[in-house]
Amino acid sequence: MRALLRELRWYLHQVSGEARWEAYLAGCAEHGHRPLSRREFERRRADARAGAAGARCC
Amino acid sequence: MPSHTPTEHEAGPGPLRRRPSPRSVVVWTLVALAGATCWTVLALARGEEVSALWILFAALASYAIAYRFYARFITYRVLRADDSRATPAERLHNGVDYEVTDRRVLFGHHFAAIAGAGPLVGPVLAAQMGYLPGTIWIVVGVIFAGAVQDLTVLFFSMRRDGKSLGQMVREEIGPVGGAAALVAVFAIMIIILAVLALIVVNALAESPWGVFSIALTIPIALFMGVYLRFLRPGKVLEATGIGVVLLLAAIVGGGYVEQLGLAESLTLSKETLVLALVAYGFVASVLPVWLLLTPRDYLSTFMKIGVIVLLAASLLIARPVLANDAVSSFAREGNGPVFAGSLFPFVFITIACGALSGFHALIASGTTPKMVAKERQVRLIGYGGMLMESFVAISALIAASVIDQGVYFAMNSPAGATGGTPESAAQFLAGIGISTPPEVLTATALAVEEEVISRTGGAPTLALGISQIFESAFGGGLQAFWYHFAIMFEALFILTAVDAGTRVGRFMLQDTVGNVWKRFGDLSWRPGNLVASAVVVAAWGYFLYAGVTDPLGGINQLFPLFGIANQLLAAIALTLATTLLVKHGRARYAWVTGVPLAWDLVVTMTASWQKVFSDNPAIGYFAQADLYREARDAGRVLGAAQDAGQMQQVITNSTVNGVLQSVFALLVVVVAVNAAVVVVRALRAGSLPTTEVPAVPSRLREPAGLLATAEEKRELAAGAREEAVR
Repeated sequence: MRALLRELRWYLHQVSGEARWEAYLAGCAEHGHRPLSRREFERRRADARAGAAGARCC
Repeated sequence: MPSHTPTEHEAGPGPLRRRPSPRSVVVWTLVALAGATCWTVLALARGEEVSALWILFAALASYAIAYRFYARFITYRVLRADDSRATPAERLHNGVDYEVTDRRVLFGHHFAAIAGAGPLVGPVLAAQMGYLPGTIWIVVGVIFAGAVQDLTVLFFSMRRDGKSLGQMVREEIGPVGGAAALVAVFAIMIIILAVLALIVVNALAESPWGVFSIALTIPIALFMGVYLRFLRPGKVLEATGIGVVLLLAAIVGGGYVEQLGLAESLTLSKETLVLALVAYGFVASVLPVWLLLTPRDYLSTFMKIGVIVLLAASLLIARPVLANDAVSSFAREGNGPVFAGSLFPFVFITIACGALSGFHALIASGTTPKMVAKERQVRLIGYGGMLMESFVAISALIAASVIDQGVYFAMNSPAGATGGTPESAAQFLAGIGISTPPEVLTATALAVEEEVISRTGGAPTLALGISQIFESAFGGGLQAFWYHFAIMFEALFILTAVDAGTRVGRFMLQDTVGNVWKRFGDLSWRPGNLVASAVVVAAWGYFLYAGVTDPLGGINQLFPLFGIANQLLAAIALTLATTLLVKHGRARYAWVTGVPLAWDLVVTMTASWQKVFSDNPAIGYFAQADLYREARDAGRVLGAAQDAGQMQQVITNSTVNGVLQSVFALLVVVVAVNAAVVVVRALRAGSLPTTEVPAVPSRLREPAGLLATAEEKRELAAGAREEAVR
């Protein structure tokens, strides 16, 4: 049961896109970049979506 | 299941075939037997009480077998998906649209993008023909057509760095076909948006509770948008949690509109709602996405998954009994009040989403292929995602089949037929051979605290079915709450689809006009945005308004157009997939997409032919226009029309629909003929060059299926050790 809840939390974290921030930090650390602030990162990610509005089907 | 037994020399890059383990033989034999038993019960049961669970388990067993065997066959043998090739997500990784994504996460994203109101509404309307035709088409259609289309288009787009359907048709078939496909996609999108909006209007008209709850979703979404932008950036789950709580409060609050003194001002006519929706659609499509579209998408996705899980669970608890016949007399005679036309071809048109939906080809080519981690995962994401949507359609069919048949037909027949009161509706029902006293209709209306007569469009019927199932599963006298909960959930993602669709339509328009006038194609040019948005909104707004004011009832006029349009899009997608199989020199497997294509063409062309040329005015658009024109010229009024103005309206609408219908069919014929030329050339040459991106070796290790196999686990562990040594 515990494991199931942990899996669910992992899944929600991933599927909601929250995990992208950690992936970005890891990427920066690997390449030695200085990361943006969370606010700036999320802003750029949100604005990148405007150009490719996720199509939603009927 | 494929009868073809692959031999060693054509094994391709797939794993060598091993003898299946005895355990797997036993398990799959049991699944097959369970499925066969369910189907037998459904096929033979007549005049007795049939549990809805037979449908549910017949579908689930069929899906499992199809996924295990047919989807695997297509992925490994037909498409030769190859995990040693890097996917575009791996090669072109840029953190924006190309991004290696966990297969389970991508499955969630893809499913959220393909499943909307379509699989919920079509099966509800098709229930007028009984539960069996719809069930068979949803299950067989998805296995051999719908899921195959999604899978193959996803695969071919992935092999081309995520090119769109239109681009692939232009490059692989030719410029004529490409242009026809582009126009068809745009026109079909407009019709789909209009029909979706019409469903919302029909569900919210004269319903202050519904209007109250839905209107509140806008400030809730705006709040979430601001929260995520300024207050706590990136905390999506937190914001969504708050949004869902507020949403539930909005539904509960709607029950008190009377006490709040808002009932009168929130009782809106259909015409007012059309204007509100058009204005909303325009504003939403020019606002920044983070403010309204993205947060509402979070809300609707979570609601969608929540309701589907809840519905599946409550079906198991409530175990409802089917209230309609296996095959109704309307299926045989084609004179049903919900939509006209006989079983063939109209069941196959009415249920598009859930069985075969061309719209998915737009999503399977574009966003999803740029995120796939390993090639073989297309089986889970493309085929599996569509099976899941089909399951939603089956649940909707069950929900519509468990409600009293008198109530079902009173809700779904146009006001001109039912007369709008319980007494006149009961009279109408008696006329079509259903004896339901007016008291039953009154009692139903009381239970959900809404009018139920002539609430066409499918959404109210589904909401009633869901509310009955939830009520009998969980109890508590909350039927009115559950009804509005279901309405809210449908309206929410229809509005999200309307937003997103308007925006996508705007991009398409700007892109196309941009070829001639460069400035207009610049997505950041404000005047261009405004003009393009206005054109798209005006286009669907016109059909919406015409549908709402149509004296004959908009849904039964527009829904066939919608279904045919959606499946004509599927014909374009399947044509592309078949052409590509032949061009890749895999003509021997072309039947995999060729057979569903042939079936789809037969269905849609027959339906188009009947809608255009039938001399039965209930079916043929032009016959209907002629009938009303003659009557008008003779100074008479006909059917549900009240005066000369409404007569004119029927004539105009029927003519416009007939012309559109013909244009759609012609565009598809153009694509098909163009493709046939290419196919013949490819067959003569053995194969033809395509725009497939050359193979690059992959360095990623990922399981192909939902769960990692023992062998994959060993490989992953070995990979991790290698990594550590380096």
